[in-house]
Amino acid sequence: MKTSRRSTMALLAALGTLGFLTPAFAAPKTDFKVAWSIYVGWMPWGYASDTGIVKKWADKYGLTIEVTQFNDYVESINQYTAGSYDAVTLTNMDGLSIPAAGGVDTTAVIVGDFSAGNDAVLLKGPGTLADIKGRDVNLVEFSVSHYLLARALDSVGMTEQDVKVINTADPDMVGAFQTPDVTAMVTWNPMVAEIAALPDATKVFDSAQIPGEIIDLMVANTEVLADNPDFGKALAGIWYETATLMTADTPEGAAARAAMGAASGTDQAGFESQMAATKLFDKPGDAVAFTTSPDLPKTMDLVRGFLFDKGLLGSGAPSADVIGIEMPGGVVLGDAANIKLRFSDTYMKLAADGAL
Amino acid sequence: MRLINQRLSPGAGAVLKTLPFVALVLAYLLGSALRLAENPNDKLLPALTTLADAIDRMAFTADPRSGAYLFWTDTLASLGRLAAGLGLATLIALLVGMAVGMLPVLRALLAPFIGFVSMVPPLALLPVLFIVMGLGETSKITLIVIGVAPIMVRDLAQKVLDLPREQIVKAETLSASTWLIGLRVVLPQVLPRLLTALRLQLGPAFLFLIAAEAISADSGLGYRIFLVRRYLSMDVIFPYVAWITLLAALADYGLDRLRRKLFPWSELEGAR
Repeated sequence: MKTSRRSTMALLAALGTLGFLTPAFAAPKTDFKVAWSIYVGWMPWGYASDTGIVKKWADKYGLTIEVTQFNDYVESINQYTAGSYDAVTLTNMDGLSIPAAGGVDTTAVIVGDFSAGNDAVLLKGPGTLADIKGRDVNLVEFSVSHYLLARALDSVGMTEQDVKVINTADPDMVGAFQTPDVTAMVTWNPMVAEIAALPDATKVFDSAQIPGEIIDLMVANTEVLADNPDFGKALAGIWYETATLMTADTPEGAAARAAMGAASGTDQAGFESQMAATKLFDKPGDAVAFTTSPDLPKTMDLVRGFLFDKGLLGSGAPSADVIGIEMPGGVVLGDAANIKLRFSDTYMKLAADGAL
Repeated sequence: MRLINQRLSPGAGAVLKTLPFVALVLAYLLGSALRLAENPNDKLLPALTTLADAIDRMAFTADPRSGAYLFWTDTLASLGRLAAGLGLATLIALLVGMAVGMLPVLRALLAPFIGFVSMVPPLALLPVLFIVMGLGETSKITLIVIGVAPIMVRDLAQKVLDLPREQIVKAETLSASTWLIGLRVVLPQVLPRLLTALRLQLGPAFLFLIAAEAISADSGLGYRIFLVRRYLSMDVIFPYVAWITLLAALADYGLDRLRRKLFPWSELEGAR
């Protein structure tokens, strides 16, 4: 009696756990879930969802696509990695360190933009980048800001040993910069714009100096995508229709920019200034050229070197080669038997050829 | 026999006590095995060996970058903040709580105010604290104090008010001054309650500590959890959560033992 009750309880508890943690099984399906978070290069997803562009393309392929906005970027990636979402917006670096390092085979369906000034190193008071030596630097550790700092220090012959990194949450950056003990900071827009506007802030380095290295993607689970290529086509259709609209010099384009600005806590002018610091790929041909260029493997090599250095490719990783990264045309960085991050130009090419 | 009258043998009691723990571990192992069978690199429910590796790496291997044993530096940093915050809160609770409980003037002046302030959600004040006090230790300790002190003050003041009025009158007939009554009649009787109040605030104090560390820090248990959360390192998060729970449980138990040891008379009914 006692034994059977014990096993029943264990079983119940196990069932409860299973209910929460059932892995996503890939199979042909028609309902898809996409997660995105607020960032200038990802606002089109929210706008497309609000204005029916998502529904239009989903209907065209007979799918249902649910687009969910996350207030917390990292949480959206974690949810995707755990299998609750089929696709998510993230940067090339986080794509490698979170889902790919977590064993979730991930494909970049759309290369949406790269940061060309949206991420910056800021100092309090006048000076140049070299003046950062010995200071405490507030940033979100292990984020693209941390990568930008490493690249910035590298450019003036310093290493991270020359500064002290203090992990600080991104919503608190603007406030933190105004407290007396904060003298150096690395962050991204819209915070950069707000901080740079403060009287004693100097921008000493930004992502325009490392163009094409901080890339914003829409990625999907490779297995889901392989079983449902229509999902990839729908994503490409949504993206290029929205991106074309938002870059258009028309009243409709201005309205879209104003709406996206309002949704990201600024206005049309603020949003347009952020767009100016972003190389947005609104033409699929440009994105294909970027994705197939020999610069992308070089960038990913820098990125994986940084991640390996920080122990973010897994604690037991013997080298940066542990995770394979595939580029279009069969170029593979790292372990070809363990490819977990793939850059694909398939869907962008279909868009470029008008074959969607 | 009615269920309410059931008596358990010590053996059955022990089994029942461990049962929920065993069930939790089994459920974890099962879920972990299932997810790992699906994806050997899964990070959500790491296998026990992965957890052991992570513990070894954090607690018993010097960090290659800084040479520090991260687990212990984090623990020390967090316990330091916690001790400072709770220590200050306890002192405030004792002084203000006794004063408010004993003196009608102060009660009229402060009781409604403290009652009001204790309802401010401290986490909502966090952004303000960070601006006013900077991102350093001060704001983290202040958050803990603001979070737990008002409730402890109210608790202690109530305890003072609950003392039998006859005791005070008796002391007065023996010509004790207010000061002496405070020192000899009230203080000894509220001290055990102070320890209990502190015990009950351990949970909230940890909550405020972790919230503050999540926002800005360079070491601490909450800092580490929110840092590795960025890359879904559950193999680090689970041991840290277990450790925090253990620390809190130990502190809770230790404070209770301390109270019984120092004030054995406060445990007359529950004596075992």
